[in-house]
Amino acid sequence: MIYAVASGKGGTGKTTVSSSLAALWDAPAALVDLDVEEPNLHLFLNPDLSSVEKAWIEVPEADEDKCTRCRACADLCQFKAITVMADTLLVFPEMCHGCGGCLAVCPEGALFPGRRELGEICKGTAGRHRFVMGRLRVGEAMSPPLMRQIRELFPALAKDGDILIDAPPGVSCPAINAVADADCIVLVTEPTPFGFHDFKLAWEAFTPLGKPMGAVINRADLGDSQVTDFCRDNNIPVWAEIPYSRDIAQAYSRGEIIATMLKGLEPVFTTLRDRMRAAARKEATHA
Amino acid sequence: MREIVVISGKGGAGKTSMTGAFAHLADNAILCDLDVDAPDLHLLLSPQIKTEESFLSGNEAVIDPDRCIGCGQCAELCRYNAVREDADGYRIDPLACEGCKVCVALCPEQAIDFPQKHCGQWYVSDTRFGTMVHAQLFPGEENSGRLVTLLKQKARAIAEEQGLDLVLCDGAPGIGCPVISSMAGTNLAVIVTEPTPSGLHDLKRVAELCDRFRTKVAVLVNKWDINPDLTEEIESWSTGRGYTLAGRIPHDRAVVDAMLERKAVTETGSDLTPLLERSWAGILALLDS
Repeated sequence: MIYAVASGKGGTGKTTVSSSLAALWDAPAALVDLDVEEPNLHLFLNPDLSSVEKAWIEVPEADEDKCTRCRACADLCQFKAITVMADTLLVFPEMCHGCGGCLAVCPEGALFPGRRELGEICKGTAGRHRFVMGRLRVGEAMSPPLMRQIRELFPALAKDGDILIDAPPGVSCPAINAVADADCIVLVTEPTPFGFHDFKLAWEAFTPLGKPMGAVINRADLGDSQVTDFCRDNNIPVWAEIPYSRDIAQAYSRGEIIATMLKGLEPVFTTLRDRMRAAARKEATHA
Repeated sequence: MREIVVISGKGGAGKTSMTGAFAHLADNAILCDLDVDAPDLHLLLSPQIKTEESFLSGNEAVIDPDRCIGCGQCAELCRYNAVREDADGYRIDPLACEGCKVCVALCPEQAIDFPQKHCGQWYVSDTRFGTMVHAQLFPGEENSGRLVTLLKQKARAIAEEQGLDLVLCDGAPGIGCPVISSMAGTNLAVIVTEPTPSGLHDLKRVAELCDRFRTKVAVLVNKWDINPDLTEEIESWSTGRGYTLAGRIPHDRAVVDAMLERKAVTETGSDLTPLLERSWAGILALLDS
């Protein structure tokens, strides 16, 4: 099964939840950090990374001598990555989405595949689990292509056990991309006006995917009851509530995994784990 | 025209609460929420919407089943695996479609339409702290960078109209598309961070982005007392990079309490007010240095 830990708002505790689930997942799993702009899971799991490889996207390079300035490539490109200006062919590799269209339509074979670095993909182990993380190159604008390359590893990873995904925050295309493969989505939120507003956005964004979803309310006693009321009114199960405490905030600031460090929290996360499994199983038998 | 963007790298560090306070403390600023994916500043400022516009950007491919002959060329060409084949033939998954037009251009039957996409809404509003420009991208949409650029242009134009010379922007988390667009042409980045391993890791990444844009940087440590040692480390790393320290804000329930009242924390008589006033004064001094 594939489980995604997501959240509409950053800072609600996705990584806190992912790292605690990883510590209490009682079968070998693959832990995947898809929050490639700000990957933080490794800071808590301290994985042994056996491989760190650069990830690339294909971008066009031009052979000026073959180019007849026919503009077929420039007319097709939707991303302003290739253009003809004053009889000069210009390629802006950082704008390119790697669709390959320009290479396909060039009648002269004047374009050939070059590449742009997206970032890196790190693989290794964290305790009994496998660990995979993407880290976007600073200056690279597009996270979905790097995420796509990591998602291509899922079929192989899934053969050996469950996959736990730490998803990027928000509800735009990177966040939707991250949960698209999941059998079950955990939405981490906090009971504050910001938390509630972004939780609602996430719920609206993920509901059309038709996957079982449950909420984890972090800092549960901090704000108001809007999140809880909304969950009740929309039949969203609340799988866990994590109390607000300075101890938790301090443990997190020391890079500790709270489920194993703080008394009383372990059952919260084992219950969460079991409810996630039950939801994904139930879905699997329905499907 | 001067522009400040509040960013953090890491979500949840307190960008929006700090921006709300600065919006209250600023005289004569146009406010702008550039976190178009999950905007929250409006929750503190209760904007009265004056104008609302559709944000149209990019296109999406749609196969017309009547014209499609099922040759599968589009599925073969698509690098985003957006073309699905099912019992009814080929269709395009709008969530996976990148809008690149390759399938449209190379379909032998011209069976693929390419309508423009309506990605979200953007607004110009009145707030008790001045005019605010903000937006909401629809779930799953791209082009957040283009929308950020549009909002910044509008904010500057309105500032000109009103004879104001400061635009104060709440940025998005991360270092990707919307953040890069928000950094373009800005005069000062205020990085709000927190003393946690994630806070430091993400600060370093977003700082590298600021350096590429040669933007002045002020670092504000929120919740500093959660981990004083790490706060020290963050501050010494920041000064070592030549950044200005914009102060330390302790971990205080007043921030959430203010949010619950839909107020900026500086409007609530909290102990944080003098600290934030000092931070804001330091930020303005750096902006004008």
